[in-house]
Amino acid sequence: MIGAAADQAAALTAAVWSALHQVRDPELDEAVTDLGFVAGCRVSDTGEAVVRLRLPTYFCAPNFAFLMVADAYDAVAAVDGVHRAEVVLEDHFASNEINGGIAARAGFVQSFDGQAVAELHELRADFLRKAVMAGTDRVCRPLLAAGATADELAGFTLGDVAASVDRERLISRRAELGLPAGDGDPLLIDPATGAAIGAHALPLHLRRAQTTRVSVDANAGVYRGLLRERYRTTEEKGR
Amino acid sequence: MYEKDGEKYFVVDGHTHFWDASPENWVPGQEQYAKGWIECFHAYQSLGPPETHWSIEQFQKYPEDMMMRHLFEEGHVDVAIFQPTYLKQWYRNGFNTTEVNAALAERHPGKFVVNTRWDPRDGDDGLKELADNVARWGCKGVKLYTAEWRGDSRGWSLKSPEAARYLEKCQELGVKNIHVHKGPTIWPLDKDAFDVADVDFAATNFPELNFIVEHVGLPRIDDFCYMATQEPNVYAGLAVVTGALMHARPRFFARVMGELMFWLGEDKLVFGADYAIWEPRWQVEGFVDWSMPTDQEFADYAQLTTQAKKKILGLNAARLYDIKVPAELDLPVPAGPEGAEPLAAPASI
Repeated sequence: MIGAAADQAAALTAAVWSALHQVRDPELDEAVTDLGFVAGCRVSDTGEAVVRLRLPTYFCAPNFAFLMVADAYDAVAAVDGVHRAEVVLEDHFASNEINGGIAARAGFVQSFDGQAVAELHELRADFLRKAVMAGTDRVCRPLLAAGATADELAGFTLGDVAASVDRERLISRRAELGLPAGDGDPLLIDPATGAAIGAHALPLHLRRAQTTRVSVDANAGVYRGLLRERYRTTEEKGR
Repeated sequence: MYEKDGEKYFVVDGHTHFWDASPENWVPGQEQYAKGWIECFHAYQSLGPPETHWSIEQFQKYPEDMMMRHLFEEGHVDVAIFQPTYLKQWYRNGFNTTEVNAALAERHPGKFVVNTRWDPRDGDDGLKELADNVARWGCKGVKLYTAEWRGDSRGWSLKSPEAARYLEKCQELGVKNIHVHKGPTIWPLDKDAFDVADVDFAATNFPELNFIVEHVGLPRIDDFCYMATQEPNVYAGLAVVTGALMHARPRFFARVMGELMFWLGEDKLVFGADYAIWEPRWQVEGFVDWSMPTDQEFADYAQLTTQAKKKILGLNAARLYDIKVPAELDLPVPAGPEGAEPLAAPASI
């Protein structure tokens, strides 16, 4: 490849990688790039992108896997300059169904003929609500450590919290769910209804937010360990 | 029995297996699943201490004398509970069946509790097989795996009327301990396969049965905790919690233990080493030595007392299975709900 073409391919690869950084594991609420799920990403100077995804185990839940591959396809295909996108999931029991379904732009029900009765919007929303709960703990914990009382937190708006990665992430997840996400909206809301959490319900709400975060973080920890082992082993075998 | 610092612990390993995942046992045409399953288990083993890792060949099939040594000579285990997993769609003779487990148990009287299993998709034949297994081996518990594949089916739910028939049968037969293990598939696939709502449903409808949710509902510890705190007959099986987190992710282990102690309490947690994924020795010794970190981040969580550790490592399971505990290993006041306050939703944070 000569100079200009190589530069073009490199620029497109960077753009595709950046697009993949916006794709999250819906269960863990982390970017697939940070989790190590992108096994390969190649873009030609003419805009043909091939992305290979991998997961921590052969038996990872097929519904979450499908969402990730579909989201990755959408993200890559939307990159300016990409004319053809191919996203495949490797080493998974349902690779054929998922890859075939994504390539055909079929939904989950069609891809898993007879095994599914609905698309995955509800599943995604359920896990976004968990992300809101876990994010609530991330934002509130430092406030409580700094001396804020539960009563004070009940009166806080999103705008009362100093800017941080965790705050922006919480706002973004709330917005995705169509929940109140403006600076003037309450910091603490019920992720199912969007209603503000009153002072009396706040201790239990915060306790549940903490438990959700512990659960998600523990899972992410286990999955990272499994992914490391899975691909360390096969690479050692000279794959 | 394990003794440390003058304290003696009666150890019941609530989750053990004697499996055969060797290639000779793979069903032709299903090799990829049989291989994928055991490789997934093997990857979990890597989360334990390096000196306890096995080769994949050893892990696929291990000899009886090695298991006996790992559990009872080196592992401090007094009694181990066999939890079968059939997977006959992938493994010719099954992965880990009641028959194979029971045969081993019969060669070592007093060392094992033999649980059986059922699958609601087996209909009337399965009900009969359950009754036969209970009559033959005196089973007091079953292990259920809701993600098991059967033909084109990818799993089942405890909410189904078919499952209710089996739970009724368990009640009738005196099989009072229902261990539930969730996996990544279920019908329909668009639902979260790890959802524990069906356990909640069954536990409410069958208050005389105990429901031990294996792997504390991982990866849904949060949903499990909220459910378990409302159901007096729901317990947490700690298999995988100690194995996958105590060594590899000690701070996550501390948090998970803190959450379980908060929502469920020390009377509801049951230790399991999950052999042969992990050997019991390092888990028992590590758990006895373990204490909640003292830095601010963990200030919400209470320390685990020696009494709590004794209950979790063995006395709780002994109570569920009527295992006789030598007097010098028991607590001054017997563990259990009779001696404890009934568990209600926590009143404060």
